[in-house]
Amino acid sequence: MQVNEFKPKIVAFCCNWCSYAGADLAGTNRLNYPADVKIIRVPCSCRVNPLFVLRAFQRGADGVIICGCHPGDCHYTTGNYYARRRMTLLFSMLDYLGIEKERTRVEWVSAAEGAKFAATMNDFVATVTKLGENKRLEDLRCKK
Amino acid sequence: MQRIGVFVCHCGTNIAGTVDVKAVAEAMKYENGVVFSTDYQYMCSEAGQNIIKDAIKEHKLTGIVVCSCSPRMHEATFRKAAQSVGLNPYMVEIANIREQCSWIHKDMATGTEKAIILARTAVAKVHLNAPLTSGETPVVKRALVIGGGIAGIQTALDIADAGFPVDIVEKLPTIGGKMSQIDKTFPTLDCAACILTPKMVDAAQNENIKIYSYSEVSGVKGFVGNFEVTIKRKARFVDETKCTGCGLCTEKCPQKRVPNEFNLGMDQRRAIYIPFAQAVPKIATIDADYCTMLKTGKCGVCSKVCTAGAIDYTQKDEFITEKYGAIVVATGFNPIKLDKYDEYAYSQSKDVITSLEFERLTNAAGPTAGKLLRPSDGKHPHKIVFVQCVGSRDTRECGKSYCSKICCMYTAKHAMLTREKYPDTEVYVFYIDVRTPGKNFDEFYRRAVEEYGVHYIKGMVGKVIPEGDKLIVRASDLISNEQLTIDADLVVLAAAIEPDKTARPLATMLTASMDTNDFFTEAHPKLRPVESPTAGIFLSGACQGPKDIPETVAQASAAAAKVIGLLVKDKMKNNACVAHSDENMCNGCSNCAKVCAYNAISYVDKEFRMPDRTTRVRRVAVVNDAVCQGCGACTVTCPSGAMDLKGFSNKQIMAEVDAICK
Amino acid sequence: MQEVMKNKAKELLASGEVRAVIGWKKGEFCYDITPAVFTNAEEIDNGFIYDDFCGANLSKYLIKEAHKDGKVLVFLKPCDTYSFNQLLSEHRINREKVYVVGVSCDGKVDIEKIKRTVGDGIIALSSDGDKISVETLYDKYEINRADALAERCVNCKSKKHVAYDELLGDEGEVLDSKRFDEVEMIENMTADERFEFWRNELSRCIRCNACRNVCPACSCEKCIFDNDNSGYVNKAPVTSFEENMFHIIRAFHVAGRCTDCGECSRVCPQGIPLHLLNRKFIKDINTLYGDYQAGEDPEARGPLTSYTEKDPEPSVVTDKE
Repeated sequence: MQVNEFKPKIVAFCCNWCSYAGADLAGTNRLNYPADVKIIRVPCSCRVNPLFVLRAFQRGADGVIICGCHPGDCHYTTGNYYARRRMTLLFSMLDYLGIEKERTRVEWVSAAEGAKFAATMNDFVATVTKLGENKRLEDLRCKK
Repeated sequence: MQRIGVFVCHCGTNIAGTVDVKAVAEAMKYENGVVFSTDYQYMCSEAGQNIIKDAIKEHKLTGIVVCSCSPRMHEATFRKAAQSVGLNPYMVEIANIREQCSWIHKDMATGTEKAIILARTAVAKVHLNAPLTSGETPVVKRALVIGGGIAGIQTALDIADAGFPVDIVEKLPTIGGKMSQIDKTFPTLDCAACILTPKMVDAAQNENIKIYSYSEVSGVKGFVGNFEVTIKRKARFVDETKCTGCGLCTEKCPQKRVPNEFNLGMDQRRAIYIPFAQAVPKIATIDADYCTMLKTGKCGVCSKVCTAGAIDYTQKDEFITEKYGAIVVATGFNPIKLDKYDEYAYSQSKDVITSLEFERLTNAAGPTAGKLLRPSDGKHPHKIVFVQCVGSRDTRECGKSYCSKICCMYTAKHAMLTREKYPDTEVYVFYIDVRTPGKNFDEFYRRAVEEYGVHYIKGMVGKVIPEGDKLIVRASDLISNEQLTIDADLVVLAAAIEPDKTARPLATMLTASMDTNDFFTEAHPKLRPVESPTAGIFLSGACQGPKDIPETVAQASAAAAKVIGLLVKDKMKNNACVAHSDENMCNGCSNCAKVCAYNAISYVDKEFRMPDRTTRVRRVAVVNDAVCQGCGACTVTCPSGAMDLKGFSNKQIMAEVDAICK
Repeated sequence: MQEVMKNKAKELLASGEVRAVIGWKKGEFCYDITPAVFTNAEEIDNGFIYDDFCGANLSKYLIKEAHKDGKVLVFLKPCDTYSFNQLLSEHRINREKVYVVGVSCDGKVDIEKIKRTVGDGIIALSSDGDKISVETLYDKYEINRADALAERCVNCKSKKHVAYDELLGDEGEVLDSKRFDEVEMIENMTADERFEFWRNELSRCIRCNACRNVCPACSCEKCIFDNDNSGYVNKAPVTSFEENMFHIIRAFHVAGRCTDCGECSRVCPQGIPLHLLNRKFIKDINTLYGDYQAGEDPEARGPLTSYTEKDPEPSVVTDKE
């Protein structure tokens, strides 16, 4: 048995109407993805403030993923369009500051895409695991 | 400090199979603020709910966490249970340890560890929950329908039949809309007037329906359930209460040379007129642009012949204000102007006509009494060319990129009817594609081709050249790949349709959104097709997109159903999880209002006391609880953090982040 | 120019057209010109200055001044008018209460650049055409004015005033600036190099908040970093994370609203090139969503409060090579 194997901490923000339901569907279909992913339910991807993303990294997250309805399918019609611009710019800025761009991701997952949700999380966890611990945006005071 | 209870559900073995539920309940006992923690076989069962209720009472819980299936499943159940014993329903949080934990993990240790983190996260959130109450607003039980075409009439009839008063505002002197100008309807070929005019009469006679004809909406205030609308009643110089619609004035009026818009200018009417025989309301209207009396003060013939004394040359525009709970937009469509399509010689030859003009030419009440005659010389045409997609699916500046949807069918109808009535006439139809989905639609089109011998040619017409009394049509046949020249007697253009020009200013008044083509946008393209994103505004008919009559009527009734669903409520319960702006921090910068899809945010100037005892007036945002849907777009746009979302506040979400990352 | 401006200010004060004048006056040192509010001719005669060191963007002062009774005269350089427009579009300034006098600008001088050549102890400065004469406690120097221009003036984006009631001097044009070259240079580094670069810069931050306080876009009634209730209160850069976070969030909050006036970098006592953060957002916005200059048109919708259905996906960033 391996000990001290690196287990990344992943925060997933999921919109209530599509992606959270997609995550539920992944569960209903018993599609496995790593327990490292913990989901926070938000009404819409546009509720995700860049501050939340930074907060997660500060508190020791190794990856942050935001999932919402596909563009054009937003429950609130336009929320994910704003989220798309905000997150694109935020991620670009993090990359500009030399923070590994693979630690952040936006993925559109509909309520019917349980399989996509599981596959996305498997892929994201694998990517972040390969990167290892988040060192560049950590807050040492929050480390245990 | 909250007193929190945690309830861990086994869900039989669904959860307990891969999560050590006892260990989760035990671990939660040591979380800050948790005063009670237990587990049970089925929390959603009556016995389970009783455990929750008893614990709330016994331990004076101020918040509870249920570790169970997805909140999408039983959040409402547990909220109700909490409410029944006096705990605010929004003090309930669900930790999803089934769909997002036990069902995806196979290993007990992993499942249990994750379930504990999820439970801890929910506890962290509950700490910051606040009791929320949904506001209530009374609903004015009256609806307004803007536009009196078939869409507006159908919506109004359905709403009225459900027992609610409804007003129709129609800008023309009569209701009926485009359908009243149509001769026959596909695919059954029954006459439009025969099916439309009884509905118009029904509307007029319905006690619940009030028709404001020759009127326009000039102002809209308020919000869902409580709109205040100003209606401009244009002066028609005829007293509606006195006019009997006998029509004598319209025969005696000496001003005979007014283009008749009902027949699209192909014949003339008088300055005082009733648009057509079955008009509703059947009241004469004076056309101020042509009336000699109004222009020069000399004439007065109509007044002399009117035995009812209904003529009133001094009438002025009148404004009335009425309250409504819901507004239905049914402003319909118009064929586009063809002045930019010179290649078809529309403005050069009278014998190049639009399909709607063709309808009037074949209609018994039309300018030719239903005989198909050429507008130029009144001769019977022997060769007719129909051109489809004139302006539709046209990505040039002057065209419309969308498909107008109805042209394929009405062109097939025109071609078929022509061949039936005048078998000696050759009929050609040029098309890009023939699109005939719909019940009995394709069969209809095939009949035109197979039984009536209409020549369908795939290809576009390049040019129409008037030559003598003929129209030389140059076209290409894309299938046989050859150039064709047809010497036609009549060319009929299936002009694209576009939203009525009044729609754009109306949308501004209603704060309803539109697409780039000026069609109204629906709240959700698939799931809420008859509602505007602006609460309380509903869409009926072609104002939302091109539609034929069956579809229009279906949408009209659907819109009516939505309106009835709204009006039947005495009070509207608002969404409790709405945005809220802290006026002390608000900059009044308007960025939040810009991203709000529901126009829920407005601004007021408010006086603030400054630390130096002076006062300062500042512009601050105010969220209308009745309209806010709680998406949170505004909260992120707000740079000062003044805007926050109840139930999903910044602090709550950050507490969840912290708990997960702990 | 200075005399023309003084006369204009005095004229409008005398006629009662304006209650106060926002301009510049001498600070502690000769190069240390600072914004000031003048209310009478005497103050103007004694203190009003317009010279090579009047870099301060006066538009932000209108938020407070234009709340009071009466009209305020403000002198705005071309780049300042963009900030002015942006503030107008955000309803922070009542346009009716402001009389904008546009003043032409041929670039402002960066004292740090001069100090790099002459060292400390500057006691007098005067500029004459292309040359700047500097007198220090120890020596006299003559410097090419072009070499002393502030970075934002070397890469000036516009000499055109986008808002004014009256213009003094000649109107210029929008320029084809090379202001994104440096951003591109950083983009072309490896992630490790970029990280190093920014650690080196941002670790010097002492959180004096000068960048925030001078920024016309950072004019919130209450800054989230000062707000105990916001959950992000953060007053000193205790860890590298906090150094990063403050600047990332500050840049994000002004993204789409920042006119690139460059005041943040001008006032930073640690010489951190903060404009490179803002310009990164501007450059991204221009490439991803189409050219947008905040403040150019007060009616325009900002890039973060609008969208198109065909916007690129965030994967253009996260999946790029």
